[in-house]
Amino acid sequence: MTRILSTREEFGRTLVRLGEMSRDVVVLDADLSSSTCTRLFADRFPDRFFNMGISEQDMICTAAGMSLAGKISFACSFAVFVTGRCWEQIRQSVALPGCNVNIVGTHGGITVGQDGASHQALEDIAVMRAIPSMTVIVPADAVETRKAVEAAAWYDGPVYIRLTREKLPVIYPDEKRFRIGAGVQVQEGTDVTLFGIGLMLHQALEAAALLRAEGISARVVDVATVKPLDEELVLRCARETGCVVTAEEHSIIGGLGDAVGEVLLRRHPVPMERIGVRDAFGRSGTPQDLLDYFELTPAAIADAARQALKRKG
Amino acid sequence: MRQSNTNSCRIHDPEQLRELARKVRVSIVRMIHRARSGHPGGSLSCTDILVCLYFSEMRHYPVQPYWPGRDRFVLSKGHAAPALYAVLKHSGYITQRDLDRLRQLSSILQGHPDSRRCPGVEASTGSLGQGLSVAHGMALAIRTLPERPRVYAVLGDGEVQEGQVWEAAMSAAHYRTDNLCAFVDANGLQIDGEVRRIMGVEPLVDKFRSFGWNAIEIDGHDIAAILAALQQARACSGMPTAVVARTVKGKGVPLFENKAKWHGKAPNDEELAHALEALGEPAPGVDE
Repeated sequence: MTRILSTREEFGRTLVRLGEMSRDVVVLDADLSSSTCTRLFADRFPDRFFNMGISEQDMICTAAGMSLAGKISFACSFAVFVTGRCWEQIRQSVALPGCNVNIVGTHGGITVGQDGASHQALEDIAVMRAIPSMTVIVPADAVETRKAVEAAAWYDGPVYIRLTREKLPVIYPDEKRFRIGAGVQVQEGTDVTLFGIGLMLHQALEAAALLRAEGISARVVDVATVKPLDEELVLRCARETGCVVTAEEHSIIGGLGDAVGEVLLRRHPVPMERIGVRDAFGRSGTPQDLLDYFELTPAAIADAARQALKRKG
Repeated sequence: MRQSNTNSCRIHDPEQLRELARKVRVSIVRMIHRARSGHPGGSLSCTDILVCLYFSEMRHYPVQPYWPGRDRFVLSKGHAAPALYAVLKHSGYITQRDLDRLRQLSSILQGHPDSRRCPGVEASTGSLGQGLSVAHGMALAIRTLPERPRVYAVLGDGEVQEGQVWEAAMSAAHYRTDNLCAFVDANGLQIDGEVRRIMGVEPLVDKFRSFGWNAIEIDGHDIAAILAALQQARACSGMPTAVVARTVKGKGVPLFENKAKWHGKAPNDEELAHALEALGEPAPGVDE
């Protein structure tokens, strides 16, 4: 029986555990602590929680100042606001001085649902990747979220973690090991590799099942750390399966697809297809309706895999 | 009572501070001349404030720049980096050799302050409007330390056009961060001209008061007034302090004074000679 758990709640619980471990852990939020689940930390450690109000720019720089004074800070809001509203603050005050600020954006991607385009982050991975020294992690389940948040806390430097609003099936055992920069092969396969992140890793797993029914053996790989990308794993998969598909709940511009494509183009070009939102804003709808509308489905990934296979010849 | 066991040579004599400010101004114009680029106007306008902070007010220990109990300084108007570098040099954090390499490739003295490269620089700044938030974060993080460290920031008056400054003003008042003191170096000029013509920011004192700050207005070149304001800021509990310091852009060098064009222009040899003469420095003397 597969457990389905909220990655946001797991994030909040992990913050509490980190707070118990170290007095240096501080958390900042911009009036969304119920939604981001930093409320769990606020209730437990009120003197180390700072609600900065609806002011992401001030929040990010305040977190930077705390980090410069030795704290391990987490600055949290919706993905679209915490990366977009304060991008230049992250660049100047967090990344340039190398601050240990962990930026956590919940409600990433299209499955924010009914709130529509204004609240659906489809560019956050692209804009965070572009900042030198920034680490970008997109966990695929509650276990990976916990491990990624712990790793980010002890990692010396800026990290962006993107979470989703939707609960996700748990695919990893509790004892899973997580290392920043290391991808994980989730399912063996020989004909094509499906690279996925976040919710789209689950869609890729379903796509692999569809393909299996047709006799196509699809490998599924979790590239939770989009930056720094596990280049060697990407290359090994490209060499061994000869074609690849990337799947992300993000614009096809600047996200996982581009990150993988950059490596392959430079070191081992193979037929490649990208699944993502095709240079468009989101819109209102149920999460499932939106995934169908923007073709972020197992069927679309399977189609893309067939296309890539065809080109492999 | 705050302990004062760190920088042994805290100076309270205005005359000595004035002489230090003169030396700092000489270093500023010399380093910008040598680098052939930089921002003399805004560096010279905040010089007296920085000199009072580094040589009289702040507890810091140049031989141990990362001592956790130190008072901290954030130059939010990062383009005034030459003023910061000059006080760091005269404090002993860096050397004349460092000043001579301002803005060069692989120099620790970048065009705008870089905390990762230069000891004594607490925050990387240059993009305006962010330093007050950073200073506030530091102040919140260290306010429970036994040394009760304080954090100081200097902003430009053009800089307060950035909305984030007022987000920070709101949050510092909300958190009653009384170990935070912000100076506005109100020299009245920004790159495109007079602040009041580009985008008026006044009344600054009233604005800070209405945001819940202890706000003081002074002549930013009057050493005694700066020291008195700092004392008042230290005595104020339950709210942060803003010192609106009325200054002259390019102060000390009549050729530069009150001229927007000297915001970001380096003096040539002739202009340097004029500046050094105005600053009472025997030309073509060797900087110490």
